[in-house]
Amino acid sequence: MSFHYYPGCTLKTKAKDLDECARKSAEALGVPLIEWEEWQCCGTVYPQAQDEIATRLAAIRALDEARRNGSDLLTICSACHHVMKRINRDMQTNEDIRTKANNYLALDTPYTGQTRVVHYLEMLRDTVGFDELRKRVLYPLTGRRIGAYYGCMLLRPSKEMQFDDPENPSIMEDFLEAIGAEPVRYPYRNECCGGYVALEEAALVGELCGKVLDSARQKGAEALITACPLCRYNLRKNGSKQDMPVYYFSELLAEALGVNRTNTEPVRLEK
Amino acid sequence: MLKIGVFVCWCGSNIAGTVDVKAVVEAVKAEPGVVFSTDYQYMCSEGGQSAIRQAIKEYELGGVVICACSPRMHETTFRKAAEAAGLNPYMVEIANIREHCSWIHKDKEEATEKAVVLCRAAIAKLNLNKPLFPGESGVVKRALVIGGGIAGIQTALDIADAGYEVDIVEKSPTIGGRMAQLDKTFPTLDCAACILTPKMVEAAAHEKIRLFTYSEVEEVSGYVGSFRVKIRQKARSVNRELCNGCGECIVKCPSKTASNAFDEGLSKRSAIYIPFAQAVPNLPVIDREACLRFQTGKCGLCEIACSAKAIDYEQEDETITEEYGAIVLATGYRPMSLDRYDEFQYSQSPDVLTSLEFERILNASGPTGGSLLRLSNGEKPKSIVFIQCVGSRSDDGCGKSYCSKICCMYTAKQAMLVKDKYPDIDVTVFYIDVRTPGKNFDEFYRRAAEAYGVRYVKGMVGKVAEWKGRLQVQAVDLLEDKQLLIDADMVVLAAAIEPDPGARKIGAMLAVNMDQNDFFTEAHPKLRPVESPTAGVFLSGMCQGPKDIPETVAQAGAAAVKVLGLLSKDKLVGNPCVAISDETLCNGCSSCEALCPYDAITFEEKQVMVQGRRETRRVAMVNETMCQGCGACTVACPSGAMDLKGFTNRQIMAEVDAICR
Repeated sequence: MSFHYYPGCTLKTKAKDLDECARKSAEALGVPLIEWEEWQCCGTVYPQAQDEIATRLAAIRALDEARRNGSDLLTICSACHHVMKRINRDMQTNEDIRTKANNYLALDTPYTGQTRVVHYLEMLRDTVGFDELRKRVLYPLTGRRIGAYYGCMLLRPSKEMQFDDPENPSIMEDFLEAIGAEPVRYPYRNECCGGYVALEEAALVGELCGKVLDSARQKGAEALITACPLCRYNLRKNGSKQDMPVYYFSELLAEALGVNRTNTEPVRLEK
Repeated sequence: MLKIGVFVCWCGSNIAGTVDVKAVVEAVKAEPGVVFSTDYQYMCSEGGQSAIRQAIKEYELGGVVICACSPRMHETTFRKAAEAAGLNPYMVEIANIREHCSWIHKDKEEATEKAVVLCRAAIAKLNLNKPLFPGESGVVKRALVIGGGIAGIQTALDIADAGYEVDIVEKSPTIGGRMAQLDKTFPTLDCAACILTPKMVEAAAHEKIRLFTYSEVEEVSGYVGSFRVKIRQKARSVNRELCNGCGECIVKCPSKTASNAFDEGLSKRSAIYIPFAQAVPNLPVIDREACLRFQTGKCGLCEIACSAKAIDYEQEDETITEEYGAIVLATGYRPMSLDRYDEFQYSQSPDVLTSLEFERILNASGPTGGSLLRLSNGEKPKSIVFIQCVGSRSDDGCGKSYCSKICCMYTAKQAMLVKDKYPDIDVTVFYIDVRTPGKNFDEFYRRAAEAYGVRYVKGMVGKVAEWKGRLQVQAVDLLEDKQLLIDADMVVLAAAIEPDPGARKIGAMLAVNMDQNDFFTEAHPKLRPVESPTAGVFLSGMCQGPKDIPETVAQAGAAAVKVLGLLSKDKLVGNPCVAISDETLCNGCSSCEALCPYDAITFEEKQVMVQGRRETRRVAMVNETMCQGCGACTVACPSGAMDLKGFTNRQIMAEVDAICR
């Protein structure tokens, strides 16, 4: 099964590691990722206004392209996944949005939400399988105590995202176990990092991120993983005075699979 | 031809406001058989009934049609009125022009037209009615109570005290139910055991009561007055005649790691156990899953320890069949699972408890011997947060839409008990609303808040997180409109209550409906609250809906009265509207037999006349006392042999034809 891969803008700039490690790992795992060259930015933030159509169109174009290819749409960035999943749901369930968006796009066949939006972690769990992944790991992360940081975009609103139990998620911990690490469960792993509030109120974000890092440290984590470039930025930049490394999950995946051995220390702080 | 009278009711303005009753009276005058028609303001009043009686006599009516409210309301009233005037009561038809017409329409013209059509249909049906005569059946003068909690015990005692025999079937090894797990009871703070155990002992000692503990109802057949019930008594592996309850076997049992359900899993118990000190009967049971003897074949220490030679590893389940005239459901409740409320860290922190678990911690026979201790480290808490409505009044898809009703009061009770013993502990209660209707209830809650200094905060908790060895509670104070962060050592969750999951199976056996929340449905929510829609089956306690102990005991008594009303009769008048099979048409296919929920249909080889010749055929027979007249067989019958008296296929078709005319 091949996936229509949607990396999103940040993975082409600040979060190249997330992208590169994901691609190399998928290749090693025998999961073909096909990237459509004409994808556009998903819009980053899901438009809350129900009459806001234009900002939904780019996402719908990508979803429709995946449908044409008969593929699932594979996302990896939490924000892209969030936007894609929810806009896809709008197209399935909201007649008004569906009609107006299709009027704009004038596709040959109207798009009605047929594409399945799959997160990279879900692909690892459901397509590859964590048991299979465990067998493919060449360099298990034995003895490394790592906390998963989910943030909110992947989990909430849970009825729409249907990603995992929003209050006690486990997919990243299962992933960490599969690559040989020791997952550390800590209570603040599903709390918000502050997101874009960082632009306006850095202090507040600092407080939120500080709490996440402190909570992970109390439970004995030596590093965190995340799927979200913004979470990672905030945790590193605004949750400062903490020397907790924060990796993309795909970096550890690549390390475990041995596809990124030259880059086992991927800590390259953003400016 | 049948002489028919038509009576159109105004029901004040309920019908007359939307339906032109005079027009209906006029419109039906030309219908076949109608010799008289009139209207009246309240047909159900004595005046209305006497008008019916007079008309029957004066016009020699053979049948009447009443255009009024639903037959569920007044069919019996009108049948009795007709009977008083010498008419067979089944020659009365109701056209429901209120619920089916005036209440649901606004346009008077259209509603009037519809009322006329409904009346015509009733007339068309009545023209084919035949007088029906109900049969009689006997009453087995014994009752069965399913569930041995306070509801079941009270119902059984009340029935037994009136002189009738009662059996209680309880699935666990002892009677007592949830109430036995409680420490104190609101609003008087009596010790639960002190007021419950005398009743348990009384039930056990009562000459009219038999207890079947560690037993389950397996099969029910029959009908009101004559139920046949198969009861499975699970093997205790202990001979009840020989055992003297000394408890030596429990002391000697080396397997002491089974989860203790009486302590809500907060403590361990041995494989052979008596659930709690005051258990009735005081008879141990071997949990075969946990027993080394059963799991590995080794051990046998209890057998050696038992001086009475009562241990019996070979004991098997026993099944008995008993007959009862009435059955009472008292299957109770449990707190709902909080698996989907992990924002409160219930599955992740030992210091986050449900209220029932906290109750066990407060109780002297509980896992901490009654000391208020944190289960994580055994230390005394400095601050306790109670969260109400966890899963109750919920629209998040994880919980229940209803109010669990008892939580406000038991939370106030627990908060008060904590403060009474340890005034230095900070106690905070988060609530959506504090609901305390009930005698002395609001005073009780105010005492907790005012005299004991329990801090009540209107608002919900968003998250509980472990933080530096304690619990950090993130919440909102809605009255002060601010966010709160409280350090707590224990968090107590008032989990919504839900019906015991075993109720569903028993409900299915007895054809008793459940609502969307799995509570048993009462026959009428206001007027018949302790009767199920199935004749002879009654409801007691939480299985019908959330209620506290005083209410449960009151309802248990009410259910007992209904049972006594039934058992005191020698004969029951049946419903003549039952199925009948035309043996000349029946082809013996058995479709009806397989479908009948009441086992009322059997097959017989019978000689029948078919086109002038005598033939032996396999034909369906209906047991008229068992048939409840549901009509499922008439629909299933491929040859049209099955029919329902009072609702024959011809009658239904005549109604349809009249409507479509």
